[in-house]
Amino acid sequence: MRRVVITGAGTINALAHDVPGTIAALLAGQSGIGPLQFRDVERLSIRIGAQIRDWPGIAGMTAREASLWDPFTRYAIAAADEAVAMAGLSRDELAPAGVILGTAAGGIATWEDNYRAVYAEGRDRVPPLTVPRLMHNAAPSHISIRHGLRGASFSVSSACASANHALGLAFREVREGRAPVMLAGGAEAMLLFGGLKAWEGLRVLSPDGCRPFDARRNGMVMGEGAAIFVLEEAGHAKARGAMRLAEIAGFGMTADAADIVAPSVEGAVAAMQAALREAGLSPQEVAYVNAHGTGTQANDRAEAAALRQVFGASGPAVSSTKAAHGHAIGATGALELLAVIAALHKGQIAPTLGCESVDPDFGVDIVTGAARAASVGAALSNSFAFGGLNAVLALKRIP
Amino acid sequence: MDDLARRVTEILAQQALVDPSSLRLEDDPAAIGLDSLGMVEAIFVIEEEFGISVPFNANTPDQTDFDISSVASVVAGVRRLVSAKG
Repeated sequence: MRRVVITGAGTINALAHDVPGTIAALLAGQSGIGPLQFRDVERLSIRIGAQIRDWPGIAGMTAREASLWDPFTRYAIAAADEAVAMAGLSRDELAPAGVILGTAAGGIATWEDNYRAVYAEGRDRVPPLTVPRLMHNAAPSHISIRHGLRGASFSVSSACASANHALGLAFREVREGRAPVMLAGGAEAMLLFGGLKAWEGLRVLSPDGCRPFDARRNGMVMGEGAAIFVLEEAGHAKARGAMRLAEIAGFGMTADAADIVAPSVEGAVAAMQAALREAGLSPQEVAYVNAHGTGTQANDRAEAAALRQVFGASGPAVSSTKAAHGHAIGATGALELLAVIAALHKGQIAPTLGCESVDPDFGVDIVTGAARAASVGAALSNSFAFGGLNAVLALKRIP
Repeated sequence: MDDLARRVTEILAQQALVDPSSLRLEDDPAAIGLDSLGMVEAIFVIEEEFGISVPFNANTPDQTDFDISSVASVVAGVRRLVSAKG
């Protein structure tokens, strides 16, 4: 079976507008969460989030591109540009590649702006490019056009697991020999009135902060952004002397077939075990798990139980980075993969911000406070979505 | 060129990313760089500017009542729709 390595990464999120800045911020324990700023925010009861600030946008964007690119597409393009530049692949080498992206809400800002125009403001028409701007596949399509990618390209949508599903599918495209190179990750831009209003209704957002695995946790805090990776067949990468950040070795996906919002221990356990099995890893070889760790009562309790079941009493170091970059929904697994790369590539585990007193019931080694130095040979990255859809990536350090 | 013709010409020029003064009435919009999406966008701006509804179907541009074969024909079409509005 072919092996799959990561040879490029790109991101924009509330911590930074590139990969080096984001990894530095994750390891320094910085948080991108602050007061939200957008139209009608005063009508919300939840007013905090991890919002991208002071981003100048994509250099050289034309008027046509401006009318075609929703914010989620702009984030995706920025991340893809950085990833492609880091990988150093030529246009010819990129031609057989595809791009698979996760997004939960796609062009939600475009839906919102145009519904507002026709319903609230009584306008009779919307801009002609509204449909190609809002579609979930706008982001991968524009990345394909921009970089000349002609392989399998589409978006996947599985709420909070979208990015991990996208990365897992792209991993298999390369592993099973259908493409030598794939781009994959996630993009989300739902920090706007309608996006927050909908989440507010579900009563799972914290009004005052994200505290994963803490006994006092009271909900999640939303984020936004994109992270995209270049996945490459190991021999292809070696032949051109590419820098390798990590190996993606396995992927597990399962469905709970139970409740539309409540998490299931069983489904999470099965997804982690499937990822380990595909990677050929024993639980003892895993030194770090980047948890889904949303900071809700239900997720963190179920995830801790699942971790105990998979790894036993003396399991790996676990952290959730959601209090740093926020819960970026369909992009979150891709942002969290940067923390996994920091653990594997730099031997530094990003801390769980907001967690001061680990819930005593959990029995899991949660990394709190500051980054922890550790030799991490293998790691898991968990994403568990509403709808009971679980997607877990298994990664290995490049020897 | 009257005010209506000048406003229509400016909209077409703006979408084609050319200087309005370089546009002549006999120009074919496609030849000055207005592709199909550009024409759809120009028609949207025309509808907003004049408060009219332009009967243009991008699937069958040759078979609609709105002739886009030249700047002059677009101007004439807009003039007809504006006067029909009353």
